[in-house]
This record gives sequence, C-alpha cells and structure tokens, in this order.
Amino acid sequence: MASTTLNPPPAPVSGGPRSAPRRTRARAGEATAAAWMISPALALFLVFLIVPIVLAFALAFTNARLISPNPPEFTGLDNFALLVTDPVFWASVRNTFYFAVVVVPVQAGLALLLAVLVNAKVRGTRFFRTVYFLPVVTSMVVVSLLWRFMYEDDGLINKLLQALTLGRFTPVDWLNDPDWALPAIMLMSVWQGVGFTMIIWLAGLQTIPAELYEASELDGAGTWQQFRYVTWPGLLQTRTFILVTITIAAFSLFTQISVMTQGGPLDSTTTVVYQAVRSGYEQLQTGYASAISLVFFLMVLTVSLVQRRLSRERG
Amino acid sequence: MSRRISRIVAASLSVLTVAGTAACAAGAGGGSQGGPETIDLWTHAGGNDAELDVVRTIVEDFNSSQTEYEVTIQDFPQEAYNDAVVGAASSGNLPCIVDVDGPNVANWAWAGYIQPLGLPEETFEGQLEGTLGRVDGEVYAYGYFDVALALFSRESILEDAGVRIPTVEEPWTKEEFSGALEKIDGLGEFDHALDLGTGGSGEWFPYAYSPYLQSFGADLIDRSDFQSADGVLNGPEALEWATWFRGLVEDGYMAQTSGEDSTADFVNGKSGLLYTGNWADTTVKEAFDDAVVLPPPDLGAGPRIGAGSWQWALAEGCEEADGARAYLEFAHDTKYFVEYGNAVGLIPATLDAAAEIPAYAEGGENRIYLEMADQFAVVRPETPAYPYISSVFEKAAKDILAGGEPQEILDKAVADIDRDIQQNGGYTS
Repeated sequence: MASTTLNPPPAPVSGGPRSAPRRTRARAGEATAAAWMISPALALFLVFLIVPIVLAFALAFTNARLISPNPPEFTGLDNFALLVTDPVFWASVRNTFYFAVVVVPVQAGLALLLAVLVNAKVRGTRFFRTVYFLPVVTSMVVVSLLWRFMYEDDGLINKLLQALTLGRFTPVDWLNDPDWALPAIMLMSVWQGVGFTMIIWLAGLQTIPAELYEASELDGAGTWQQFRYVTWPGLLQTRTFILVTITIAAFSLFTQISVMTQGGPLDSTTTVVYQAVRSGYEQLQTGYASAISLVFFLMVLTVSLVQRRLSRERG
Repeated sequence: MSRRISRIVAASLSVLTVAGTAACAAGAGGGSQGGPETIDLWTHAGGNDAELDVVRTIVEDFNSSQTEYEVTIQDFPQEAYNDAVVGAASSGNLPCIVDVDGPNVANWAWAGYIQPLGLPEETFEGQLEGTLGRVDGEVYAYGYFDVALALFSRESILEDAGVRIPTVEEPWTKEEFSGALEKIDGLGEFDHALDLGTGGSGEWFPYAYSPYLQSFGADLIDRSDFQSADGVLNGPEALEWATWFRGLVEDGYMAQTSGEDSTADFVNGKSGLLYTGNWADTTVKEAFDDAVVLPPPDLGAGPRIGAGSWQWALAEGCEEADGARAYLEFAHDTKYFVEYGNAVGLIPATLDAAAEIPAYAEGGENRIYLEMADQFAVVRPETPAYPYISSVFEKAAKDILAGGEPQEILDKAVADIDRDIQQNGGYTS
C-alpha cells in the first residue's frame, strides 16, 4: 500500500512491461514483513491456546490424573457417561444458562443506556465515564471479596435496604440463601462489567456520523425516534460484537464463584467452568475435567453460531 | 500463504522452540565439575521469613559440617508450591529434597514423587506421630512442628455464663457443650456464641471438621484397607454428626458462613467461643488477659483434633540420595526442633525439644497444645485418595451447613469417594 500511494510508478515511457514484476516484488516484500510480524503472536497462540485445546480434547477420552504413577488409558466415553449422571453437572449447566440469560441483556442494555448518557454533550461526562469504568480496572478477586462483605447478614446492602424501608426490610443472608446467591452474584457481575461494555457502545456511538442526527433533526425526529432510526441501526456491528463477547464472558463465570460461594449453598451457584476447575485441580481428575471443558466448548460454540446466524439474518 | 511465507513462519517458530528448550535445559542443568555435589532443596516457606531463616541455618550448618555435598535452597510462596512440585515431577525435574504438607504424603508417595527416608527407626523416637508421614508403616517424611486445634474463650465469659472450664483430662461432654453454648448465647453479648471458622474453605474444612466427625465415632474412610467409605462416612454416627453440625446453625449458635478472619472477630467481641489452630494463640492472649485455651468437646468417642503439618521428604529419582539422606539425618537434631519451635511458635515435634522451650515444657502455658496433639490427634487418612476425599468432604460439609438433606449428601459423598478409589484400581499400584 505504502509504495503505491507514496511512490507513484514512473510514467510509462520506456519500460511498460517492467513495472508489473516490480509491483509483485513489492507486494511480496510486504507479505514477508507481515509474516515476520505475525510469527510471534502465532507462536504464542499455538503454544498456549491451540496445543492445550487439542490436548484437552484428547484427554477427555482418557482417565488421566494430575498426580498419578499410571499413564493415562483410553476409556472411551466413560467420562461423558459419568458426566450426564452427575447432578452437580446439571446444576452447573442450569446455573450457567440462568446467569447468561439474565446478565447478557441486562448488562448490554444498562451499558447502552449509560453510553448514551455519557455521550451527551454536557459538562462532566468525562467524570462519569471514569466512574463507570472504575470497577472494570479493579481486579475481580478484590471486587468479589468486597461484595462478599457487603452481602453479609449485617453488611452494607442489608443495612442500606433497612434504612431505605425504615426498618421494614428483613435482612437476607444473600450468599447463604440458595434462592438469592446467584442473583446476588449477577448483580455484582453486571456492576463490574457494565463499564467495559459501555466503552464499546460508546466507541460504536461515535462512529455514527453527526450529519445523520442533524438530518433527522431537520426532519423533525424526536429523541426516541432518533435513537430508534439513527442510533440503533448504526450500532449493528457493535451490537453483534457485544452480544458475542459478553455471552462468552457470562458462560465462563468462575472467579466470583470461586471467591464468594465455592458453588454453594446446595449447588445453587456452581457453574460449568467452576466444576471443571474443581474436578481438575482439587480432585486431580484431569480426564474428567477435560470432558467437562469439551462439553463447555461445544456449548459456547453452539450458542455463538446460533447468535451469528440470528444477527446475520436480521442484518 | 505462499511457500516462502510459510517457511518464514515455520523458521521463526522453530527458533522460538529451540530457544525455549535451551532456556529450560540451562535452568535444569546445575552441572558440577569437581567440588561438592549440589543437592537442591525446595520449600514452601517463601515469604515466611521466620521459617525460612531456620531452613537457612540448618542448610548452612550442614554445608559447613562437610565438604562432599552442598545443599542449595529454592523457596516458593506457599500458594504456588504444590503446583511447582507437580509441574517439576511431570517434567522429571524434581529436586532431591522437598517439603510436603502432611495430608499429601501418601498421594505423593503413590505417585512416585517421594521415596521412604530410609533413616533408622530410632531417629523418630519421642516424636509426635502426627508429625511423621507414614505410609504402610514406612516413614516418608518428618516434620519439625505440628498444630493443635483448640477452643479459645475468656475466663470472664465462661464465669458470667456459669459454665465449667473444661480440661484435657475432663473435656466437655456433648450435653455440656450444648449447655455452654446456650448459656453463652443467653448472655446476649455476641453475634454468635460459637465461631467454628465456617467462612474458611479448602483444606481447612476436612482439617477442622473431620475431627468432630471422628469424635462422634465416624470417619472419612474405613482405615482398615482404605478401599471404601461406605458405612463409615454415611453410617448412623456420621448422620448424628451432620445433624449436630447443622443444628449449631439452626439454633443460632454459629453462622453458616462466618467472617473472613474468625480470630479477629473473636478478639473484637463478636463471638464467645472460637475454634481455631494454636497459630492464633498469641493474638488471642495479647488481646485478653483472661484468655483460656480449652480442648474440643468429647462428642462420644473422645475429643479429636487434626494433625500433620509441613514435613520434609526425599524425592524419588534423586541422584544424590545418599547426600540428601545425610542432610535429612543431620537436620533431625533436637537443636533444630527447638529453633523451629521458637521461630514459628507452633508445637515442637519431639518431647526433647518441647522440654527446652519454656512455653511447651512441663507446666508451660502452651503445654496444653502438646498434650492435645499427643492424646487427641488423628492424622488425615494416609491414602493417595486423600486429596479427592478432602474435596468431597468439604462440599458435603458445606451442603450440610446450608441445610441440605444429610443422609442424601453423605450417601453421595460415599458414592463419589468409592467410585474414585475404584477408578484408580484401589490406589494399590
């Protein structure tokens, strides 16, 4: 590209046929440079992503253990047979979907609302952008620990609700109540993740040309109509991106669970990834954990494909 | 991609691989030409200067006591230590001497990470049994200290509540214990009468609560052959334990999930009775002049506490096994047990060392921990299945605390444990 735009080819006075090979050589030089540049990333990608994934798929059909004197043996579908009869696995699948189904729309919607608000041309938006983004740059482990305190029986949340309702609210032991533990974690996760999603929405909003808004204003469109017919269609690409990324993030829920509830009370917060980590590291069952990961991979793949199909049709 | 480009990518990948391998090889080979043979020693004590200093002292003493071998220390933070050992073992890079947490000894021995110490049996005379990593009668590891679990309270609390102060000779019975909780709760001074540390997780659960299970007469596994937990972890005694355990929450005597730091909560007056390890001794005694240390209650089969802390072992495949053994024999000296005891404040592993540390000597203020470790301690089952059992028990205990159906939970735990043992061929080979 650079060579063609910056150095226009000499006027075709004498050597018409010579310009063609020079062009290809330049192209080839670029491609060589590109190959050199992509190699380190590709190497890391191969070593730390592709190889482990292939290994995990292979191990899923063995009885491999993390610590064992015996080499892994091929056991066919044993791990999967065990998996489908494991009530904890079904609880994990249920919780994972429950979490994703609630968190994805809520987080995306709330983030869009915030993005529209901080995109307005008023004073102080920079301050709010920073405030909304703060939880994102805080480590999830730290956030989870803090919220664990806030959710305690005599913690901040209960005290606040009591103050707001003038003492009529009976404190809930949020994280120890099977009905409330997962919703409590959802709320916290949305709070933590909403800032990041907001930034992506914001980037999308700023790609919409201002002329479109001016034109629609001239046509007499109100705020809602502007949003419906200018902003929303303009965010198509962003929307697909956000949908896919936060769905995958929601499916891989782990840190919050590991810090706050360890899957309890009574399996009400266990998730597929949490179960995989627990089986693989605590219980040393590498083969079984690989099987869980394989199922998880297929789950995420299916959901992503369905999402792509749906968003492509609509687009 | 054209062939030329694929060649470049392939070439750069192989350069990276070669460089990586070379780096690994350079790291592994500590070749020694002439001079003393190097023996590597790994410890989990990184970041814990008190403990690490003792290790350094022993190693320096050993290195200057002879010229044949030189021990070098590599310290890891505790959280990363087990992963480091497992990683090193998978790639065949284990050092000669490792330290190992008591409950992992059987698992590591089975996996071929460590070998029997091969020191004469009389070396270990007068040593607390809980500080020896014994598998099938052979000693694979020895430790310098142990920890005792105890109840902590204040004389004033117990007096106000009108509760007898129990002793090692005469601990509370189950009824006395419930009575004490009721009376302490009746004072109305505390959020909860009792704090068993239910906010903890991981190994704390089996370490802290399986002794109560054992005090009811149940256990984690049938220890006659370590092949099944059936009838032991789900029998009537275990069910009794589960009901009692959940009852403490239901009666409002303790929190289903207690605070992050139960010792701090006790010191701040949130609970009247604290159950934790004697590592909390100093904190509690500094906070209260009238602090008292009590044995756990006798729930039917006698009071029980956990045992087994960090211990030293000899790695399998060590090329300088004789030198490593010489070091381990040299290091098993009362002098060092005393030094450890003074540095970490925990229970010295031998009676000789205890006699030299005033607090643990006869009549010393910490003597009670030694007595409990000696009389009540039960080591966690010495089976390679233990890491699995530990994880299953943790989940079961948490589900019981959360109000799940006890018999169902215990039956599921037994089924899981038995399946794991069976899948691993009984962990016999």
